[in-house]
Amino acid sequence: MNTTGPGIAARLAGLGPWIAFAVALAAMPTLFPSGFALTMMSQMGLLIVFALAYNMLLGQGGMLSFGHAIYFGLAGYFTVHYLNFIHDGEVPYVPVSLVPLLGGLVGLFFGVLIGYVSTRRAGTTFAMISLGFGEMVTALTLVLVAIFNGEDGIQTDRVIGEDAFGATFGPSVEVYYLIAAWCFLCVLAMFLLTRTPFGRLSNAVRDNPERVEFVGYSSQRIRWLAFSLSSFFAGIAGALHAVNIEHVGFEQVSIIQSGLVLFMVYIGGVANFAGPILGAVLLYFLQSTLTDITEAWVLYLGVVFVAVIMFFPAGLAGLVAMHGPVWRAGARLAAPLVLPYAFFLVSLTAAAVGFIGLIEMLYFLSSRLSTETELALFGVAVDPGGVVSWACFAALAAAGALAVKRSFPPAAAAWNDAIAAARARPGA
Amino acid sequence: MTAALALGAVRKSFGKAEIIRGVDLEIAQGERHAIIGPNGAGKSTLYNLISGKFPPSAGDIRLHGESIAGKTPFAIARMGLSRSFQVTNIFARMSVLDNIRCGALFALGHGYAWWKLVARLRDVSERAESILRQTGLWEKRRLPAGLLSYADQRALELGIAIAGGAETILLDEPTAGMSHSEIEQAVALIRRISEGKTLVIVEHDMGVVFDLADRISVLVYGEIVATGAPAEIRASAAVREAYLGTEAA
Repeated sequence: MNTTGPGIAARLAGLGPWIAFAVALAAMPTLFPSGFALTMMSQMGLLIVFALAYNMLLGQGGMLSFGHAIYFGLAGYFTVHYLNFIHDGEVPYVPVSLVPLLGGLVGLFFGVLIGYVSTRRAGTTFAMISLGFGEMVTALTLVLVAIFNGEDGIQTDRVIGEDAFGATFGPSVEVYYLIAAWCFLCVLAMFLLTRTPFGRLSNAVRDNPERVEFVGYSSQRIRWLAFSLSSFFAGIAGALHAVNIEHVGFEQVSIIQSGLVLFMVYIGGVANFAGPILGAVLLYFLQSTLTDITEAWVLYLGVVFVAVIMFFPAGLAGLVAMHGPVWRAGARLAAPLVLPYAFFLVSLTAAAVGFIGLIEMLYFLSSRLSTETELALFGVAVDPGGVVSWACFAALAAAGALAVKRSFPPAAAAWNDAIAAARARPGA
Repeated sequence: MTAALALGAVRKSFGKAEIIRGVDLEIAQGERHAIIGPNGAGKSTLYNLISGKFPPSAGDIRLHGESIAGKTPFAIARMGLSRSFQVTNIFARMSVLDNIRCGALFALGHGYAWWKLVARLRDVSERAESILRQTGLWEKRRLPAGLLSYADQRALELGIAIAGGAETILLDEPTAGMSHSEIEQAVALIRRISEGKTLVIVEHDMGVVFDLADRISVLVYGEIVATGAPAEIRASAAVREAYLGTEAA
């Protein structure tokens, strides 16, 4: 082994995930050709970019921001304006496929500007300043009606003419491929950035800003650079959002969007490069499917977020990664995990079903708008006014919670044993 | 010849408490200089003043003739002064290799580069390998630094400090908390890495001090009460009274 770089075989193996990623992006429209799916997958693609950009701050650089939607949203506003100006012939024509780059530059501009002020301090001060800027920009978008059109936001039409490839971006599938291409490029770029001196120094500032100063670096300047580059990618994501939805409103710059990306990154896992990707895909899938089914979706999201922070702070990707050694060691070591894990998952499901039942009945009763008297839950008709249904769900929730409490330690112990055995193997 | 490090009437107060009370010290180029003194004498504060963590309240500090008093730590580090810490101060979640790389990057001219891959930087890789082998951490280079044993973390602490190839090295109790055999290894390592360089070392272990140092300064209550060769210090009545007396008893 040497430190100058991996051999050819290792280098090819390193390309594997990228080829798989490109193939997956390319194949999705064939697998899910419906308009709903295409818009959803497009949105996932740009949220992946946004989440990874956010994790450049949180996971890589140790900066907790409550206002990163500023760069996402402002780039979005810029994009709708620019597209509208092209329609009116007031600005030079730029093909839609390159407009995200302009959005990125807008994000970069504001990132450099606001970052200069906010990255002077790390930790709590940084977080508070980001919150302040977030509120400030949200207020501005509502006040400056001439530019941001208040609560209504601004609409646009992304069809401005044919692209070099003959695409008009009228059909959703063309927009999907545009977003997929940008997503691939941005993910690759952000991955490579983690491998540069800047990327490593960013980690160093996260771990120990003081020591960084004594090896010749200004930790403030590293934070500023990270902040600016992150804003660039957030801007690209915001521009893609505007192209995909053809509308931008104050929600896109507000704490709603900033909070959502924080949730995505945290639930996905801050410590793994792929964590935010996982979080963005999963959360947006749940959001777009569950908002039609239940009004309580945000509440469930909150519960999941708290549970992840308390019990799995490494997130879903961390959960997967911690099983890596066991998985590689083979079935013999993984087998003892099956039973305790199954017990835990069944308990968790029972608790969740009970909890969801209670919440849904509560929501049903408190919203008097509905003329229906029966509530369909998990495919079963439930009487939300009846004692029996309340008792059943309450019992399920209580028993489930108790079982979760009981089954967690054995599951954790089983993992501990398995990982110890996997590490003890020769050659591990 | 200009001294590698020269302190002139350096003072430092925190509020009403004056911790450093007029320190004059000249350390020649290539010298191994130890600073000893009882707990609370101001040794760590003196290091923090020299390395730029705090600005001195008064007086001047010169590195190769150029004033560094009040400069930022990174500006001083860029001028070729490097330090280690008494309490281990590493990048805990990064690999051992990346810890060393971070110590070497600026000195090798890579700055804040975001357009080149760190693994492709031949000079950084070579420097890192040499440091890792010297500190005995080569086999553990892929481990997160936070998982190293205490002695290995001390070695890494030293490794980060020397990775930039600084001309002047300040070590703050490099052998603190080590076992006897570990101390022997550490002293050998320090002797090797400080070859041809200026070394300032704060140390409690008198065996290490008298073994390593060309000259010794004794700091008591923020003042240097004596400076001289090990034999002179051992013989000095003032030193014995202030400090060594308790040890010798």
